[in-house]
Amino acid sequence: MDAHLTPAAPYLQAEAERRFPSGATVEARFDIPEPGFSVTVLFGPSGSGKTTALRLLAGLERADRGSIRVAGAVWSEAARHLHRPPQARDLGFLPQAYHLFPHLSVAANLGYGLTALSAPERAARVRELLTLLDLEGLGDRQPGELSGGQQQRVALGRALARKPRLLLLDEPLSALDRPSQLRLRKDLRELLRTLGVPTVLVTHDRAEALQLGDRLVVMDQGRVCQSGDIQQVFDRPTDPAVARILGVETVVLGRIDAIIDGMATIAVGSAQIHAADPGGLDWQVFVCIRGEDVAVERGSGPGAGSTVRNRLPARILALHPEGSLVRIALDAGFPLESLVTRQACADLHLAEGDQVCAILKAAAVHLIPHD
Amino acid sequence: MDWEAIRLSLWLASLTTATLLVLGLPLAYWLAFSRRRWKFLVEAVVAMPLVLPPTVLGFYLLLAMGPRSPLGRAWEGLFGSTLPFSFEGLLIASVLYSLPFMIQPLAAAFAAVDRGLIEASWCLGQSRARTFLRVIAPLSWAGILTGLVLTFAHTLGEFGVVLMVGGNLPGRTRTVSIAIYDQVQAMDYAPAARTAALLLGVSFLVLAFTYALRRRQRKPWTLI
Repeated sequence: MDAHLTPAAPYLQAEAERRFPSGATVEARFDIPEPGFSVTVLFGPSGSGKTTALRLLAGLERADRGSIRVAGAVWSEAARHLHRPPQARDLGFLPQAYHLFPHLSVAANLGYGLTALSAPERAARVRELLTLLDLEGLGDRQPGELSGGQQQRVALGRALARKPRLLLLDEPLSALDRPSQLRLRKDLRELLRTLGVPTVLVTHDRAEALQLGDRLVVMDQGRVCQSGDIQQVFDRPTDPAVARILGVETVVLGRIDAIIDGMATIAVGSAQIHAADPGGLDWQVFVCIRGEDVAVERGSGPGAGSTVRNRLPARILALHPEGSLVRIALDAGFPLESLVTRQACADLHLAEGDQVCAILKAAAVHLIPHD
Repeated sequence: MDWEAIRLSLWLASLTTATLLVLGLPLAYWLAFSRRRWKFLVEAVVAMPLVLPPTVLGFYLLLAMGPRSPLGRAWEGLFGSTLPFSFEGLLIASVLYSLPFMIQPLAAAFAAVDRGLIEASWCLGQSRARTFLRVIAPLSWAGILTGLVLTFAHTLGEFGVVLMVGGNLPGRTRTVSIAIYDQVQAMDYAPAARTAALLLGVSFLVLAFTYALRRRQRKPWTLI
């Protein structure tokens, strides 16, 4: 259906900007290279403009500058005063608060947008959606009678019903309690994969971004700071602002070698580390380590009497003093950052190029599944 | 009791309510959702009948309907009759006089519908008109009901404007309130008391029914 597209043209090309009367400006500036399944995460602190960027894509905000093209069609071009309304954009939108129609049953909510279908076709599609989203038997309920997770699935089903070209999800899991969030993350990515729709997802939760995303667009104060492959962005933040927004010092992709008695062994770079198995892991994981959880020692580290599982030989790449703390960039077979007190650093006479031992408890290694 | 006046009043109130519903839905929609800067001017004009003495409104209406005004001339050209002291003139006056009683509950109810629901409907490919019929109107049923009842009851009870524009022609412009006034003026207290009690009872029952319904039925009505 997109045969007229040249291979060079990305599936989605957004380069649009909305100026508010208050003077604030929010831009949506990123590409989705190809059609088919992929999740692009708009990530940033609250107030960074990620929801507005999503609304620009949806057509709920009108761009004052720039353009948005999807699958060869112009959705918005400010220079020509062209603005397709949301009705003409062929998209699925999942609002943060779901906004299910309170006066309609679950089935009527799912079928709401299917006005182009005949009644039997519509009923068939609704049944299909009820099955797909594990909502069988709930078709006649009112939205108010559903649990948060069920409401989320109905809202998602409603957005998917018309088989849109682009799916926009605004903090799809944030209205749920924490345990449901963790459970549904994995399901959500699996579901999106089966559907094969390019998806743009807004979140301020780093773990959610890592688990759900393929590409990351980091936003701050209305601007896109950096965008690209999710691991690349975490590996190489282009500026300190991005690094600060991304938060955790070390985020690396690892491969699970073994899980024995709840303890996972993970190959990361040329090193091997141990971490508690949170369950539900596939073989690829993101390994997240906070700087304050990494201790640095001279010699080969604690002896047999220690509970520490990870003792990694490492080389000091650089020392960055930050007030009373020092940030140590280490090469432990993968890039690792440690945060220690200035006093401790002075006592050990740590210097660039020194061979040391990086120590971290298995419990301090946070694993996020990725496929 | 003056049954002819009662019949006329009910007929006038029904037609006024129906006319105002047709005019009021789009106007209230515009007031609820427009972002025009001069919207406040329209809001002020709509609310005027609440504060203007009926005689003032009636006076201007009389001028506007008179044979020397464009409206009066156009009406006469079209229908061959004059507007003042006719049932049609009375209907126009009633519609204007009851405008805020229909518009304000409607606009308040439309504006109270969660913007997110409206946007969700747009993103599901539904036009603004269909979104109105399928989401905004069903969720505003209480406001629509209030507008209908208030308009009906208010028209049933109006006096000053009728007197100015309609006069007191039995069967054409003599409404219940005028009939009561006439009877009192003629010291004919017994029929006046009966008609007044009827009006009092009907007004109370209609309002009580409305508020009971609003209270009980939480589930909105679905139009389509």
